[in-house]
Amino acid sequence: MSTTPDSESNAGLTTTQVAEQTRSMDLLRFATAGSVDDGKSTLIGRLLLDSKSIFEDQMEAVEATSVSKGYDYTDLALLTDGLRSEREQGITIDVAYRYFATPTRKFIIADTPGHVQYTRNMVTGASTADLGLVLVDARQGLTEQSRRHAVILSLLRVPHLVLAVNKMDLVDFSEEVYEKIHHEFTQFATKLNIPDLEVIPISALQGDNVVNRSENMPWYSGPTLMHHLEHIHVASDRDLVDVRFPVQYVVRPKSDEHHDYRGYGGMVAGGVLKPGDEVVVLPSGMTSKIAGIDLFDKEITEAFPPMSVTVRLEDDVDVSRGDMIARVNNAPKPSQDIDAMICWMTNEPLRPRQKLAIKHTTRSARALVKDIQYRLDVNTLHRDQDTKELGLNEIGRVQLRTTVPLLCDPYSKNRTTGSFILIDEATGVTVGAGMINSGA
Amino acid sequence: MTDTHADYQLSQLDQLEAESIHIFREVAAEFEKPVLMFSGGKDSIVMLRLAEKAFYPAKIPFPVLQVDTGYDFPEVLACRDSWVNRLGVRLVVASVEEAIANGVVVDDGKTSRNRMQIGTLLNALEEEGFTAAFGGGRRDEEKARAKERVYSHRDEFGQWDPKMQRPELWSLYNGRIHQGEHMRIFPLSNWTELDIWHYIGQEGIEIPSIYFSHQRRVFERDGMLLSESDFNPTKGNETVTERTVRFRTVGDLTLTGCVESEADTIDKIIDEVAIARVTERGATRGDDRFSEAAMEDRKKEGYF
Repeated sequence: MSTTPDSESNAGLTTTQVAEQTRSMDLLRFATAGSVDDGKSTLIGRLLLDSKSIFEDQMEAVEATSVSKGYDYTDLALLTDGLRSEREQGITIDVAYRYFATPTRKFIIADTPGHVQYTRNMVTGASTADLGLVLVDARQGLTEQSRRHAVILSLLRVPHLVLAVNKMDLVDFSEEVYEKIHHEFTQFATKLNIPDLEVIPISALQGDNVVNRSENMPWYSGPTLMHHLEHIHVASDRDLVDVRFPVQYVVRPKSDEHHDYRGYGGMVAGGVLKPGDEVVVLPSGMTSKIAGIDLFDKEITEAFPPMSVTVRLEDDVDVSRGDMIARVNNAPKPSQDIDAMICWMTNEPLRPRQKLAIKHTTRSARALVKDIQYRLDVNTLHRDQDTKELGLNEIGRVQLRTTVPLLCDPYSKNRTTGSFILIDEATGVTVGAGMINSGA
Repeated sequence: MTDTHADYQLSQLDQLEAESIHIFREVAAEFEKPVLMFSGGKDSIVMLRLAEKAFYPAKIPFPVLQVDTGYDFPEVLACRDSWVNRLGVRLVVASVEEAIANGVVVDDGKTSRNRMQIGTLLNALEEEGFTAAFGGGRRDEEKARAKERVYSHRDEFGQWDPKMQRPELWSLYNGRIHQGEHMRIFPLSNWTELDIWHYIGQEGIEIPSIYFSHQRRVFERDGMLLSESDFNPTKGNETVTERTVRFRTVGDLTLTGCVESEADTIDKIIDEVAIARVTERGATRGDDRFSEAAMEDRKKEGYF
């Protein structure tokens, strides 16, 4: 069993200190992938429990259910199985969001199911993640499923990846087993876009190397999972160079007090905006200067991602929702021809000539499917060029033509201006997620 | 704003605020007739504050809807009025009493006022033709909420179908609805109880006085401390005593319990919340205690 605390746990701090830290701490969003068999729910339960995020009544309910099901242990997985149908089936079928905090960081977990028929849920969870956590069962080693999870996280450009080699207790905490999986995965990862990888041997059930350093694996000198999650640097993952400000809402009070006020509300998608900057408004191409940036009743000196601010311009140019403010010499090129990787999310397949609604940043349009170039096998990375359609949970390279130009960047450069969703115009349902390729 | 500009890092509270403001603006831009569902509780007050920030210096471009159970705490109504007056927003009150009188909902003497709010609320949304309704629900509150989207689609009957939820990716929200349907919007999805308190402290905003420690005449029922009130007669051997208490949530006063507490400032409340060992709903909401799946059932019917 694990004993030495390796994390900056709450122990020894007064509640006021904890409260003080909460105010200033930062945020890490991570996505977990894995099936019931990998012990993913148990691991999340363990993170919540060991970070003291589980309340008494929640724990009592889980203990009672464990007893009534005849288990001789407390099933931590019950902490996270949300909907009744899932509890009955014993599987996680949707994306569930969990929250916990340590003194340095707040964490949002997007907990997604791992089976191939839930690829769309994994794509959804990964879309907002700073870090992806893939679990493997130490007894099984790398499986098709764990490779697929890594491929999806790489496609969604999740910058940090952790491979947690779980159930080390069932392989006698063997260094050899760990090294073999580590090596195999590192080899595989060279084919992907994974800027940062960490491989950690754990036992979610017993807690080894989750929050507390394991005494059973003295050969492992890397961080515990929690220590790694707490210390990874995420702010530098954002693009602070290329100014991108999709205009979301025009603020016009029309009151006596603020008679001439006209501001453009939006969330900064890239770069740093400052008053006095020369900017261009797309797609019109009109240029102006930033007169001021407001955050509620305060004027601020700079705005950067992901701040929601209101930008005022010096000139009375025509700006509306769906436009984008960028720098004069650094602006996305408006384009009606979009080349993208698309994850299809509904039963009825995506086919050429199909018309769909598209939402990209704050801009909505219609899109025509011109061609499906290939379907990507997410298990083998093989490109199937003969495919003429994309089925549910399939990912492929697609060419679209839109009714109006989109102001986009490659997804690899900017996850906000490089992504879009496709909507079925009849049902209104979100049916696809797109990531724009470079050199479109 | 905190002084984190040097390394272009936002504190998590600033990130949550930015995300919520983004959601408010998105809804105001894309929906014909949004409304903010206001309970008078701390979460809906934080929502109002975020809406105020999203559109400043313009006024909030949608009205505020409150379901009046008839059993509301007077302190909560006073706080509501103060907010509504300061912001100059239109207040729509949907009364459970009136809904009973008009036959919209049936008072069989057994159904709680909280449950009757569902019919009253749906009726009000339909009558006024609201297409989007902001709610203060947070995903950390309860297991069934953990999977709820920020944009949560409701059919013509106001029902939520957990298996038919739309995928929600990046910060791209899909607000498409058909005639007669509406969308519930949860701008506080990613906030926790502690975040809410920190934000109230940071912003220095007004919340109902019953959240702070005070003297109150209370009695014990089903392990909860309930407030003495004409609406809530004591039964049998229930005895009323005066204690030092505060409320962790506000709702129908016949069902909302208080806890013994000396916390009379935001900082003391934060201390208390930071070490709380029982979730806020489990502790003090009679309506959630009936079954493990109680919340899921009410949500499917169209609860907040």
